[in-house]
Amino acid sequence: MAEIILDKVTKRYPDGALAVSDVDIQIADGEFVILVGPSGCGKSTTLNMIAGLEDITSGELRIDGDRVNDRAPKDRDIAMVFQSYALYPHMSVRENMAFPLRLAKVDKKVVQQKVEEAARILDLTQHLDRKPGNLSGGQRQRVAMGRAIVRSPKAFLMDEPLSNLDAKLRVQMRTSVSKLQRRLGTTTVYVTHDQTEAMTLGDRVVVMRGGHVQQIGSPQFLYEQPVNLFVAGFIGSPSMNFLPAGLEDGRLRTPLGDFPLTDRIRRLLEGGSAPREVIMGLRPEHFEDARLVDEPGAAFTATVEVLESMGSDKYAYFAVEGEAAMAAELEELAAESGTAEMADGGSQIVSRLSAASDAREGAELSVWFDPDKIHLFDPSDGRTLTYVE
Amino acid sequence: MTTATRPGVRARWTLIDIVVVVYALVPVLWILSLSFKTKETLTDKSFIPTEWTFQNYVDIFSTNEFPRALVNSIGIALIATLIAVVLGTMAAYAIARLDFPGKRALVGVSLLIAMFPQVSLVTPLFEVERSLGLFDTWPGLILPYITFALPLAIYTLSAFFREIPWELEKAAKMDGATPAQAFRRVIAPLAAPGVFTTAILVFIFCWNDFLFAISLTSTTASRTVPAALSFFQGSSQFEDPTGTVSAAAVVITIPIILFVLFFQRRIVAGLTSGAVKG
Repeated sequence: MAEIILDKVTKRYPDGALAVSDVDIQIADGEFVILVGPSGCGKSTTLNMIAGLEDITSGELRIDGDRVNDRAPKDRDIAMVFQSYALYPHMSVRENMAFPLRLAKVDKKVVQQKVEEAARILDLTQHLDRKPGNLSGGQRQRVAMGRAIVRSPKAFLMDEPLSNLDAKLRVQMRTSVSKLQRRLGTTTVYVTHDQTEAMTLGDRVVVMRGGHVQQIGSPQFLYEQPVNLFVAGFIGSPSMNFLPAGLEDGRLRTPLGDFPLTDRIRRLLEGGSAPREVIMGLRPEHFEDARLVDEPGAAFTATVEVLESMGSDKYAYFAVEGEAAMAAELEELAAESGTAEMADGGSQIVSRLSAASDAREGAELSVWFDPDKIHLFDPSDGRTLTYVE
Repeated sequence: MTTATRPGVRARWTLIDIVVVVYALVPVLWILSLSFKTKETLTDKSFIPTEWTFQNYVDIFSTNEFPRALVNSIGIALIATLIAVVLGTMAAYAIARLDFPGKRALVGVSLLIAMFPQVSLVTPLFEVERSLGLFDTWPGLILPYITFALPLAIYTLSAFFREIPWELEKAAKMDGATPAQAFRRVIAPLAAPGVFTTAILVFIFCWNDFLFAISLTSTTASRTVPAALSFFQGSSQFEDPTGTVSAAAVVITIPIILFVLFFQRRIVAGLTSGAVKG
């Protein structure tokens, strides 16, 4: 049980590369915090610095108010679950889980009791005497968790613990990790590159990019109020649609047509120095088949290129003519997700329509969207123009 | 392993196997056969002795030189192996795990030593050891053996250390181990097959050495078996010592076979399986 504070923590490698820059995070006792970002964003380095596996170049790391920058990992009383599990192959499951307790010179009887309790929680009792080599991926993962929980550390650090599991098992383990954390109430820092994991697991999510913290907040807050293009594009699946747009006399000129700005958005833009050229962002669920909506709003007509019916709803993909939205953040996101780039220029819009929609592939569809739900971004620095303070 | 072998293929492989085994074993069996022959039948050209005798074995152990040389060989080879493997383990661990200044130089120099022709070192070593009082002593042989065994040990062991996932060490640290504990309780047990393999190779190298053994010794104080063999004589100068030499040759292969069999059981392949995924 501990509060972990990162105070302007920076990591610079001897070759000068800056891996993590001025990271400020306050993690409350018992909180489940997710560090998320594309590969190379410094999230694992940050975790390793909390663990003590990497030195902190500058800044301060405090656990329960004590500065621990120079303490060895073993003196920090933190347990870590590795992406590769890192089980000791020459030890049985029981010995693996007992290892931290044995090092701490805990009484044999207590070790036995704690290992068995952890095994019961993780449903490993019948595997205690097997070697890791004979276990399935999910079982190994649970042994790694077991090794972390047996000694009731101040905090858990998890480095992409689920990324080696297959999709179905991952969803299952995700719920059990979440349940386990709630049950134990131990402060947890969890690193992942998967935004779904970040959204579903954490009390708070820290989005990182290029060694900098982009935004910290609850999953819902990050989803609704992304502070910049990067967070907007990273959080959410399918991700937010981005289109180039022009601001003119309270009207928004977009490839989908011209729309008046709503009062709320106009107020948000006032006072700020909004440029004339902006990027408009709109989430897939804010579209709807115009036939099914009575509310006022904006509408456009487009041809459905691809239709994916999920049963509960339908994803319709439209092609949009003209230039695609351009910004450094978007390029980075596209590179990360491997969707760079649609060859013929233009951009694609994903919309989530209700299952009642009669959209058909190749057919024209009149699409409604809520103009009050749009996000506007400054293409030069990616900052959100419609951010609610 | 589960390929369905056609009879033709199987027969071909069996034939090749037999040729290789026969080629490798015939000289050994010939020596074995010679060692059991009496002096009279030694040259009868029969592969299987017509008259069996243990006299050659009795003879070599009743001399002063051979038992003493055997003790020298075992002692010197074991000590040199032990030291070379311990030093080699530490050096290989550092090379596999750490980035330290001069790492490439260290690897390069050890490679250089391995390639250096030993014969060109014999004369200088002889002079050096004589002036240092190491000539014809155990350390006089152990030191050069360690020098030439170390590159071998470092190379073999660093390959093994690289196989061990580094995350295991990090995990041990997180579990509360000091670096020494992490090495002793996690890394060393996993490196054991590598250490035993290296020990076998180094032991064989020290055991078989003839060049240093003949040049840097002069009495039974430190003369090892390969060198002692060359000093074997018959009871008179007209007598052929072939029988006793063969018996001695058979005897000195026994420790090697025992050593290999003993350590081979510890070489368990795939010891690290299950440590990390992928």
